[in-house]
Amino acid sequence: MSRATTPPRERRHLLGLEGMSREEILAILDAAECCRARLRAGGMPFDDLRGVTVLLAFFEDSTRTRVSFELAARHLGATVATLTTAGSSISKGESLFDTVQNIGAMGVDLVVVRHSASGAPAFLARQLDVGVINAGDGRHEHPTQGLLDLMTLRDAWKNRFAGRRLALVGDVAHSRVARSAIFGLTALGASVTVAGPATLIPAGLERLGCAVAPTVEEAMEGADAVMALRLQKERMDGGLLPSLGEFSKVWGLTVERVRLLARDAVVLHPGPMNRGVEVMPEVADGERSVILDQVENGVALRCAVLERCAEAARRAPPAPVAGAGLGAPGGTGAAHAKETV
Amino acid sequence: MRPITLIRNAKHWKTGARVDVGFRDGVIVADLAEREAGSVIEADGLTLAPGLVDLHVHLREPGQSVKETIATGTRAAAAGGFTAVCCMPNTIPVLDEAVQVEWVRERAAAVGSCRVHPIGAVTMGQQGEQLAPAMALKTAGAVALSDDGHPVVSAAIMRRALEYARHANLPIVCHEEDPTLRGEGQMNEGFTATRLGLRGIPNAAESVMVRRDVELAELTGGRVHLAHLSCFESFEALRDAKRRRLAVTGETCPHYWTLTDEAVGDYDTNARMNPPLRSERDRDATLAAIVDGTVDCLATDHAPHTADEKRRPFEEAPFGIVGLETALALTITTLVRPGHLSLARALELWTDAPRRVFDLPAVRLEPGNPADLVLLDPEAEWTVEPERFHSKGRNTPFAGWKLHGRVLATVCGGRLTHRDPSVGVARVRRELAAAGEGN
Repeated sequence: MSRATTPPRERRHLLGLEGMSREEILAILDAAECCRARLRAGGMPFDDLRGVTVLLAFFEDSTRTRVSFELAARHLGATVATLTTAGSSISKGESLFDTVQNIGAMGVDLVVVRHSASGAPAFLARQLDVGVINAGDGRHEHPTQGLLDLMTLRDAWKNRFAGRRLALVGDVAHSRVARSAIFGLTALGASVTVAGPATLIPAGLERLGCAVAPTVEEAMEGADAVMALRLQKERMDGGLLPSLGEFSKVWGLTVERVRLLARDAVVLHPGPMNRGVEVMPEVADGERSVILDQVENGVALRCAVLERCAEAARRAPPAPVAGAGLGAPGGTGAAHAKETV
Repeated sequence: MRPITLIRNAKHWKTGARVDVGFRDGVIVADLAEREAGSVIEADGLTLAPGLVDLHVHLREPGQSVKETIATGTRAAAAGGFTAVCCMPNTIPVLDEAVQVEWVRERAAAVGSCRVHPIGAVTMGQQGEQLAPAMALKTAGAVALSDDGHPVVSAAIMRRALEYARHANLPIVCHEEDPTLRGEGQMNEGFTATRLGLRGIPNAAESVMVRRDVELAELTGGRVHLAHLSCFESFEALRDAKRRRLAVTGETCPHYWTLTDEAVGDYDTNARMNPPLRSERDRDATLAAIVDGTVDCLATDHAPHTADEKRRPFEEAPFGIVGLETALALTITTLVRPGHLSLARALELWTDAPRRVFDLPAVRLEPGNPADLVLLDPEAEWTVEPERFHSKGRNTPFAGWKLHGRVLATVCGGRLTHRDPSVGVARVRRELAAAGEGN
């Protein structure tokens, strides 16, 4: 997989961690640490993003990610608007293309999008002349989650990724968090071992750059961290799993299994947790758990991402009117009168 | 007596000999006296072959003329060198009654640019429950039966359909897909699907149904034609059926030997079709099955959709690509030029071979045969520009490809149905154009 530094103009988007270079990721993590320090010191709202309009377009339910983005945007002084599926024109049958064209016409600078279709943010980025931040698309990627996981691991691993290993356990097939974690960690020189039921390990997964272990014990043995992936209850329907109880017994994060990890290893979970299913309460609340650190880091990390994307959008050369020429850079059309701040 | 139209100094597609072919009233004639020629096409060494036949086309009319019409679809066919297409019955309404089949034929006779042979439904409404009237459909002009796009899920219904279709001596064209194995699959199961977070469609979703229908061909003695085969296991099953001398034939499409699932790239909806683009191993197997004769003929599965429909997130866009205007050039560029097939064999897979599969009248470049002809330059290079297609559908993964092999003129039933604007004018006399358009 080729990794190259994203061209400046394209940095107004954050669509995924696939292909992102080590330097770029570390720069975002550094910025996120600065944000975290500022947020801890208080004094919000700041005015970094004053005059920048951020639309939170959530076509799929989300609580934490949406609130985290909203807090981040407000802390930085941005103007924030929210679009959720219920009551929106989407539920009236309007196509995603039409919806986003309208959004583009409203003069939004950044769109944070959550959608159930894999690739929907990439679609929007092609169609619209605004920065697009992927807040989770289908089973594809959740790059800000991936980055906040990296931020959390960087703390736990004392700034060293080389030679470290994450065990990723559970429903990888349906997990956008898993893909972003694999892309991010491999870019930084760490490794990932995956374990889960064969029905939930997608074909060709190894080619993403991770190892697949036959048992959760083998994956966790000596690992420097473990992340349990959320198990959706509806997975029982398609014959993917016999029962939650069986899953929990064979793949759940128990106290015994956590003992297999390396000394000082940490336990992560992207949330929301099914306590007693993929992670036992005593592990979730145990001393190795950094689950709440992940949540705190989430706000700071999203501040850093919003800043990066807004900065790149600000610098972007005059672009075609949203929607014209399918948003291709350099297409025909009048220059979009973007406010600069 | 009307004057003949003379194609002079062409290269015979099989023998390579220089030939003059004349036709009058839609039929090739023996008497080529120049004084009788009303018009002359100077072929100047271009290859002359029987018109191409596509056994698998979606003309979308009636019911979905926003995607394609009989007029535009057959115009695209003529531009691609086709003189006959077999259209799938998944229209609105479904072609499950004689009157529907008759309507398509009449419409095609009125506005079409090639022969249109409708394919009737296997079951009423393609619902997989009640058999459609095969005998009446045949009488109305159906050349085969298919529930294409809606596989006949029940093995028992397929068994009865095959038994009953024997009365009409019609093949059943099988879109092989086990809907439970496909599930909500969006593209080929494998690394690219996993990377993109898209649900996969395994090869077995196709091949288990191929195996089933091969066994049912044995059980019933019915004729099975396997549509748009895409994977290694299906070709193995077809080979097996042929070893057992069952009445099973099969086709594949240009995209299955030219592309793999990597063409989906960054969610390109123009690389989205069903069956999906497969792995390199399957692409190789497709090529091998064409070369060794396992595959009986080629077809396009021409499936036009509107730009709006394809301009959606990958999972929400419809399956299918257009193929009529790129099929021959893809064949020449990727099968003939690299040496996998001779030009004659490649053309046979688009001409004699499909005619045999559906019992359509043969076309030879000899007196008494229908004047269904194509004049082509196998060397000419051109670039695929979807905006210049005659089809309403622009949904192709081959946009921008540089291809060799250009159709310069198509004659169907003695009528000039396509003439290449850039090259043809110099070769076709003005009188001919007038005669052609006046027919």
